Amino acid sequence: MASSTQNLLALVAELTHRCPLHCVYCSNPLELQSRAHELPTEVWARVFKEAAEAGALQADFTGGEPLARPDIVDLVRSARTAGLYVSLITSGLPLDEAKLEALVQAGLDHFQLSFQGAREETANDISGTRSHQHKLRVLQWLKRYRIGLTLNFVIHRRNIDELEEMLAIVEDSGAGCVEFASVQYYGWAFANREKLLPTRQQLDYCVERLKRAEEELHGKTRIFFVVPDYYAKYPKPCVGGWGRKLMLITPNGDALPCHAAPVIPGLKFENVKNRSLREIWEHSEAFQKFRGEDWMQEPCKSCDRRAQDFGGCRCQAMLLAGDATATDPVCSLAPQRPKVDAILAQINDSSSAETALVTAAAASAVKIEWLYRPNPSSF
Amino acid sequence: MSVDLNSRPRLAAGCRMGENNNQQVLLMPERALRLNGPSLEIVSRCDGKHSVSQIIGELQLLYSKAEPHKVEQDILGYLALLQKERALDFESGTV
Repeated sequence: MASSTQNLLALVAELTHRCPLHCVYCSNPLELQSRAHELPTEVWARVFKEAAEAGALQADFTGGEPLARPDIVDLVRSARTAGLYVSLITSGLPLDEAKLEALVQAGLDHFQLSFQGAREETANDISGTRSHQHKLRVLQWLKRYRIGLTLNFVIHRRNIDELEEMLAIVEDSGAGCVEFASVQYYGWAFANREKLLPTRQQLDYCVERLKRAEEELHGKTRIFFVVPDYYAKYPKPCVGGWGRKLMLITPNGDALPCHAAPVIPGLKFENVKNRSLREIWEHSEAFQKFRGEDWMQEPCKSCDRRAQDFGGCRCQAMLLAGDATATDPVCSLAPQRPKVDAILAQINDSSSAETALVTAAAASAVKIEWLYRPNPSSF
Repeated sequence: MSVDLNSRPRLAAGCRMGENNNQQVLLMPERALRLNGPSLEIVSRCDGKHSVSQIIGELQLLYSKAEPHKVEQDILGYLALLQKERALDFESGTV
């Protein structure tokens, strides 16, 4: 094992790509995997055991919609039995009271419910599904249980102005944590980027409002804000550093250092059906590729921040600079930063024109041509 | 916000103790905290039964070589940190 290899800390289990929602910023790849290729229950059970043995503490069940798996209760039980802390990251849509009870009994530690907005029409437009009212019902059911609850509001230009109403939902829910997660531009979000990027004015308002909310909700709800990194001065330490903390398993068993990693050409992913998790973590070419600092170019190579942000996101470097070893172009020190500035300039100029024409009240009447995420084929 | 000495802390919903490779950890949504020596002694007493002042008293006995006031300040600081992390609920008043 390479001396720089640290213990795996969290396993992200992408149980399926099937989902009743069609969110326009979905982080799933444009090429979705079909049900026929999904790992069976017993292989997942082995993966959870191997993850715990490799040092992992947490298993995050996601998708697609993890509740679309008919064996979801068994999967929760086997991950918990393996010794992992189990989080369910869900839209809450295919859930009824009996299923929730079964999940809690099986040992579910933490329920993370996603919201697409605070108003029904916005949420339904973004998710391409009538889903909002059901989520509010799920919040009421959750009050019966003493399990962890996080609300996750995915925010962007079309819903950031509903922040006040989002905070009201948070307060009523009694959630221990809320994430205001700005859309990150990969997958379907990359395809819809120009329609989703917030304006600088919206972002400033958001930062200021959340600062106050932190005081208001102190000791009740922890607020976590994910910045839209195109506006950041320095890049995010993506996935806590490549191959340093996290492993993602796709529905068919491919082991990825990050959900967006397939956008990087030439990376070869191992599959959990063929190799143990520890072997993959320690030796797989894809995980080794951007470990440590040998791959870095300037300005990262000699930058004081390289041990903090690891040069930012490799997938974003690929998407924006066309080179996975480049400094993440959102970094103010990156040679490719002007590309990001040009995108922001376009958003801020055109939206000021847009808001001049359309008053806030009429904004919801403007029809946007989204590229919705479909479901994978059934074969 | 300061910690009330009469309140009885207990682990918040979604937080529990865990163990991995003989290392005690406090598991929380999206994160985990390694527990060693004093931090483990504090967290294992956050059971909704011990009041903050009882926890302080017991740890002052346990770490009798340390300056009692310093022990108290460290515990209050640590509990405030866990409160900020939303890892504790504080039941009010005495039993």
